[in-house]
Amino acid sequence: MTATQERPAAEIGRDRRRKEDQRLITGRTRWTDNIVLPGMLHLAMVRSPFAHARITAIDTSAAKQATNVVGVFTGADFGESLGVNINAWPITPDQVAPVHSPMPTDRVAFAGEVVAVVVARSAAEARDAAELVDVDYDELPAALDLKAAAADEVLAHPDLGTNKSALWRFDSAEAGTGGNVDEAIAKARTDGIVIEREYRQQRLIPAFMEPRSVVVDPTGEQLTMWSATQIPHILRFALAATTGVPESKIRVIAPDVGGGFGGKLQTTPEEWIAWAVARRLGKPVKYTETRSESLLSGHHGRDQWQKLTLSAEKDGTVTGFKVELLADLGAYVSLVGGGVPVLGAFMFNAIYKFPAYQFNCQTVLTNKTWTDAYRGAGRPEATFAIERMMTELAAELGVDPLEIREKNWITHEEFPFTTVAGLEYDSGNYEAATARAKELFGYDELRAEQRRRREAGDTVQLGIGVSTFTEMCGLAPSRVLGQLDYGAGGWEHASVRMTATGKVEVAVGVSPHGQGHETAFSQIVADRLGVPFEDVEILHGDTQISHKGLDTYGSRSLVVGGEAVVRAADKVIEKARPIAAHLLEASVDDLEFAGGRFTVRGTDQGVGIGELATAVFTAHNLPDGVEPSLDSDATFDPVNFNYPHGTHLCAMEVDTETGQVRMRKYTCVDDIGNIINPLIVSGQVHGGLVQGIAQALWEEAVYDDAGTLVSGSFVDYLLPTAADTISFEIDHTTSPATTNTLGTKGVGEAGTIASTPAVVNAVVDAVRHLGVDDITMPCTPERVWRAINAAGSGGTTEGAAMPHFEAGGAAGNQETPGASSTQGGLQ
Amino acid sequence: MTRINLTVDGARVSDDVEPRTLLVHYLREQLGKTGTVIGCDTSNCGACTVHLDGTSVKSCNMLAVQADGHEVTTIEGLATDGELHPVQEAFRECHGLQCGYCTPGMIMQSVDLLKENPHPSEEEIRLGLEGNLCRCTGYHNIVKAVQHAAEHGGAGQSGGKHAAEVPAS
Ligand code: FES
Ligand code: FES
Repeated sequence: MTATQERPAAEIGRDRRRKEDQRLITGRTRWTDNIVLPGMLHLAMVRSPFAHARITAIDTSAAKQATNVVGVFTGADFGESLGVNINAWPITPDQVAPVHSPMPTDRVAFAGEVVAVVVARSAAEARDAAELVDVDYDELPAALDLKAAAADEVLAHPDLGTNKSALWRFDSAEAGTGGNVDEAIAKARTDGIVIEREYRQQRLIPAFMEPRSVVVDPTGEQLTMWSATQIPHILRFALAATTGVPESKIRVIAPDVGGGFGGKLQTTPEEWIAWAVARRLGKPVKYTETRSESLLSGHHGRDQWQKLTLSAEKDGTVTGFKVELLADLGAYVSLVGGGVPVLGAFMFNAIYKFPAYQFNCQTVLTNKTWTDAYRGAGRPEATFAIERMMTELAAELGVDPLEIREKNWITHEEFPFTTVAGLEYDSGNYEAATARAKELFGYDELRAEQRRRREAGDTVQLGIGVSTFTEMCGLAPSRVLGQLDYGAGGWEHASVRMTATGKVEVAVGVSPHGQGHETAFSQIVADRLGVPFEDVEILHGDTQISHKGLDTYGSRSLVVGGEAVVRAADKVIEKARPIAAHLLEASVDDLEFAGGRFTVRGTDQGVGIGELATAVFTAHNLPDGVEPSLDSDATFDPVNFNYPHGTHLCAMEVDTETGQVRMRKYTCVDDIGNIINPLIVSGQVHGGLVQGIAQALWEEAVYDDAGTLVSGSFVDYLLPTAADTISFEIDHTTSPATTNTLGTKGVGEAGTIASTPAVVNAVVDAVRHLGVDDITMPCTPERVWRAINAAGSGGTTEGAAMPHFEAGGAAGNQETPGASSTQGGLQ
Repeated sequence: MTRINLTVDGARVSDDVEPRTLLVHYLREQLGKTGTVIGCDTSNCGACTVHLDGTSVKSCNMLAVQADGHEVTTIEGLATDGELHPVQEAFRECHGLQCGYCTPGMIMQSVDLLKENPHPSEEEIRLGLEGNLCRCTGYHNIVKAVQHAAEHGGAGQSGGKHAAEVPAS
């Protein structure tokens, strides 16, 4: 037997161009909205214009008579068969949560909620007829401001009797992972330093570029749903669990999906309505949202008030950190819901050795769009809080912000390290990442320039912002999720199938929407099995093909899903081994596997994995009792989270006369363990950075006093453009993870988690000498100008996110930190 | 219904359209040219960008009837005889796309940009792409892709088959 395969050395670490790109750059893609089926009907949603109102009557008669309209339905037409939208993570046993009907019949709880659906032969006709549906509402007072809602001033759901959904707490003294935070703070008040701040995490909109779309085909034995989703497997489970259709009768397909960022980690009312209509009519249906509908009804992210107390000794050694959060859930407790802020609970202590820590989070229902995961989900909020606070501590002491971090961080020698939040960080090297970042950035030179400009009284001042972040990703050890009352596990699945011709199909349970899994996983399998990169096909996103999985979010695809791929591939080799021994007439113990071939030690005898695939296909000559298959599955449940970290440095120029800010330089050095494909990694970092920078500088979902989303289109919701952004300088240091075979760490969320505080720290640093110690996000020119001129945080900036609106018109519910009406926070 | 005759990706086509039909809907729904996509309803995102007589336009921002008698090139017609346009090649080479949803518009706009300005500075590229939103890449590698294309045969090349080159259908 001879060598049949030739391939270059290692695939892992190569900057392979992506397999996915050919179809995407030529327009040969299958987005959900591209799907056309025979007899397919189109849906349009009738949505509530009111944030909170009783529905008194719905008249559908005019719409029903419109040309080419096939039907008009309300929730009453479906009853229980419509199902409900579930919350998979009740964070406390006594969590208060309203029932979430996809199409309520009696009361709407946010502006944009669906009250009726029109079915027509074309999308345009459906939309026209939707205008003819006449809904009578009795408006109810709406709970809009988060702090006022937390005080139960107005109830978002009167039947529940309160807006407070759940209070979740972690206390290091109670958990036995550290000391008592209140004692630490009390002590610091007498002979140390106490930093107290309140920060606003404004509401953001994920704003993936492909609007959500769903097609349902009820004409096969399995009902099929195509959806622009991150979570086809969870979607299938939830349809089965709530609509009475057995799971085995449901096929869900996520075809090419145009971005998600957590925004497509949801099971949506629109999916449930399309499902019900298709089943009712026995016809395929399609619903594709407009951008305005997407911004209005797709879930939002962030939206917290953070009350923070940091205690330290006089030399800057931190002694305790206390966190009190209010988190806006919006009108319903979404799929992950209150679990989003809880994902941040273990991260406020970040890379530091705090002896005492306490985290409290009150989740609150309001009459706004629901919130859920948005890139980072809980961890950007935590990172912002601690990285702003460490910078404030440094300012208080008059030392460099990197110096205060170094004083408190976990040193390289101390890994593995169990934190005050109870997590065990397996690896890291904060010293190395920071040293490299400083060098690349030209830290000392920029500090010198900053001093020069300050001394010269330059109108344009320079600020330098630091963020030394870590995060927990790779969701997640199932046992931990169970302890946190999450409704599912955190394992991942992969199957490796050897075809008769020696090609390899790999079905994975993770479900990409831009990350490049097809390329990265091909590289892993090519190396593992010793086959050419081109011979590996990665299959995903169809429950008939990849029957098992928990999908893509929380930077889990590589570190959890990739490990399942590695293990399944290794099982293929183990299944092939006795067959190779048989064909080579050698003992199993004498075989070696390398470069895709089994060889007999000390001889030139060998057989390739592809030949073995052919041998099991014919099955003419196999050892007795050996199954004629090399195909293997693996389900991997991680034992720990995964802890990427990095040092991000940002230089911002601030025009002190106009408040205009300009990013001068951004450098980051991330330690994400071993890298499979540096090109893909760079893309994840760049894109992540811009989303985090956008929170700092531009984006905010703004509601008016009536609860209408005024930043409800791309005219008003300010996504950054190419002209707003700069090119970045990125590099890596490497401390391989010890909890997966390849030593990898997640990178999907890192840039977003790290960058927001780096930018705000830089803006504040530029004007701190003018008496400014905070600027509310987004740091618009107006807010910056007001902060400089009033020496506050810039406070409420009317029209901050929508400069063309009249001052005083919108944003009326945005409050100034620390100056609001709340008694409802955490006591 | 109005009868329109135009050339799309080198092929002569003729259809009845409603006067209110947007060009992008005509391309996607009547011609099946689903390579061109829709990202917004306010003409802000540029995902729908095509060329009209060799110049980029947002196809959600004009009516199908306005394209009557004109020549439209979409992302599907940019490659010639199976050869990718240098800008397409550059986007792959430089990892200028992730989910790929903005990509058809981004590529069509970049081709137009390089036709107008064969050797743009980074600043000029960024300004030239201001009307096209991308949520995935942070633009860094898109800018690099345009620079790469400028250096590798993409400058000044419009691409796609034109009516003159194909036999009448
Ligand atoms: S769809 Fe045309 S600009 Fe957005
Ligand atoms: S690649 Fe996803 S929006 Fe640009």
